[in-house]
Amino acid sequence: MEFTLKNFIFYGFALMTVASALLVVTVRNIVHAAFSLMVTLFGVAGLYVFLQADFLAATQVIVYVGGILVLILFGVMMTSGRLEMRIHVERGQLLLGGIVSLALLTLLLTVIANTPAWKNLTDDGTELPPTTERIGELILNGPFLLPFEVVSVLLLVALIGAALISRKEVRE
Amino acid sequence: MSDFRAMFVGFPDFNVSENFFPDINLQEKLNWAEEFIQNVLIPRLPEAVAAHFPVELGTVLVMFACAGIFVGVVPLLPLFLVLAERKVAARFQNRTGPMRVGPWGTLQTLADGIKLIFKEDFIPPQGDKLLFLLAPYIIFACSFAVFAAIPFGQNILVSPFNIGIFYIMAISSVIVMGVIMAGWSSNSKWSLLGSLRSAAQIVSYEIPLGLSILTVVMLVESLNMQEIVASQSNGVFSWLIFRSPFTFIAFFIFFISSIAEVNRTPFDLPEAESEIVAGFHTEYSGMRFALFFIAEYANMFAVSAIAVTLFLGGWEGALPGYDILGGLPGFVIKTLALVFLMMWLRWTLPRLRVDQLMNLCWKYFIPIAFFNILGTGIWGLIFPEDTLVSTIISCAIIYIGLIVAYTIAGRTLAQKPEPQPS
Repeated sequence: MEFTLKNFIFYGFALMTVASALLVVTVRNIVHAAFSLMVTLFGVAGLYVFLQADFLAATQVIVYVGGILVLILFGVMMTSGRLEMRIHVERGQLLLGGIVSLALLTLLLTVIANTPAWKNLTDDGTELPPTTERIGELILNGPFLLPFEVVSVLLLVALIGAALISRKEVRE
Repeated sequence: MSDFRAMFVGFPDFNVSENFFPDINLQEKLNWAEEFIQNVLIPRLPEAVAAHFPVELGTVLVMFACAGIFVGVVPLLPLFLVLAERKVAARFQNRTGPMRVGPWGTLQTLADGIKLIFKEDFIPPQGDKLLFLLAPYIIFACSFAVFAAIPFGQNILVSPFNIGIFYIMAISSVIVMGVIMAGWSSNSKWSLLGSLRSAAQIVSYEIPLGLSILTVVMLVESLNMQEIVASQSNGVFSWLIFRSPFTFIAFFIFFISSIAEVNRTPFDLPEAESEIVAGFHTEYSGMRFALFFIAEYANMFAVSAIAVTLFLGGWEGALPGYDILGGLPGFVIKTLALVFLMMWLRWTLPRLRVDQLMNLCWKYFIPIAFFNILGTGIWGLIFPEDTLVSTIISCAIIYIGLIVAYTIAGRTLAQKPEPQPS
């Protein structure tokens, strides 16, 4: 394998993602697992940047790190009551989890094997046009308009539901 | 667009920026570090070296050097801002502030910094050591990464991201993780309470913040910071704050939400001294505490700089073409003015309660911000281009709106006393 800067960066991010993902599932302390998930998500964002999908990378960080991970940590801290929290994995969970992971692995390997040519678009030195414009066109003016609107309505319903659950009951 | 330029045609041209900085077009070249090596560095090297010059490695080194400049220069800002804050606070309280170290106390912060370096770095024995050590670095790194996308001048920008403002939002949302990490690993109830408050506050105020940024993005039709600045190049009335009545409202929502984002009074519940000691960094001491402190002031400068870039013309001057020295001095003056406004607010207003804080965000700011987006969309349909007519109409609406708001606010404040907490 040719050792270039691009390879170095790619394998750096890949190593970061895989190693921290391994930590997420092996570490006993749930807060440590959450923080190593942060590293994993950052690594994936880095891989997106490497593929010149800058918008996707920033979205990844803003949604997963800034939103979902904070929610996870909030949930842990609000519910556990003590700072020490250990996870116990039972045999049934292990089996079920193993089946799901194996299925996912098979799926991914099939996709990788059936993709005809792995060509990195940036190898020939061309710089891709910004992705934001194409994403905007596709979502608001193209084939993905309907799914986009459906998702918007779904999120709106979730928002109203959350407001309804958390509001104070006022009795006259 | 050219209407305003025509008005100022008689003024002498002070624009020297084109020759002042090396001519690397940052807006078009994604990889300017490589450009720099290919066009500037290699022609000046001896031929034997130039032939084998590792361009890729050099590119990375140049990028590291640039990051080093920022990491080296930006901590000098807090050095100055902390002193400014203490002096401003002193003036507001009719004191003189620090006067002993150096002339007029100007070296006080330096002395404090040296003291902090030599202090003991205490780690709570019951806490989570690894996360405790890591947390300051996360906050520090994220605060500094924001500066990479802020255009300080015409060619003074580390990276011309295509998604500039979106990147800034993404990176600054990671600061919450550092805050939670610090609060949780300290194993102290003050820290944990402070970090939970801080996280709730930052996550909530990110919504009006993002929505008010969206109004700007809708009008400019770009996320690129340099393009946002470039669209405000026709003098003070082309600044986005005056572009439409809705961006005028958006500016205030953005600025107030930014104050909440950086946890300053009147939104300083996460570090309320009288309630929870110092919030999430209660247990930190020595240099790690200094890192939080530097990050806080760097953040303050960063959000002001973003507000200036988005709404107040960035590095463009108040008159078209008056961007002296690439616009850097004008940019810094505008930003420091906003920083001073933040200090002014801090030493004038009392702290809000938690319910007031959340009410302000969810019941007022977010609906107003949504209304703004709708209004901006309609405004963009009516005036697709920024013309003289649209500017006059916009300024007229802003003027009338301000008068109406002032009258209504005056009447309601005269009638009702403040409601007591239930």
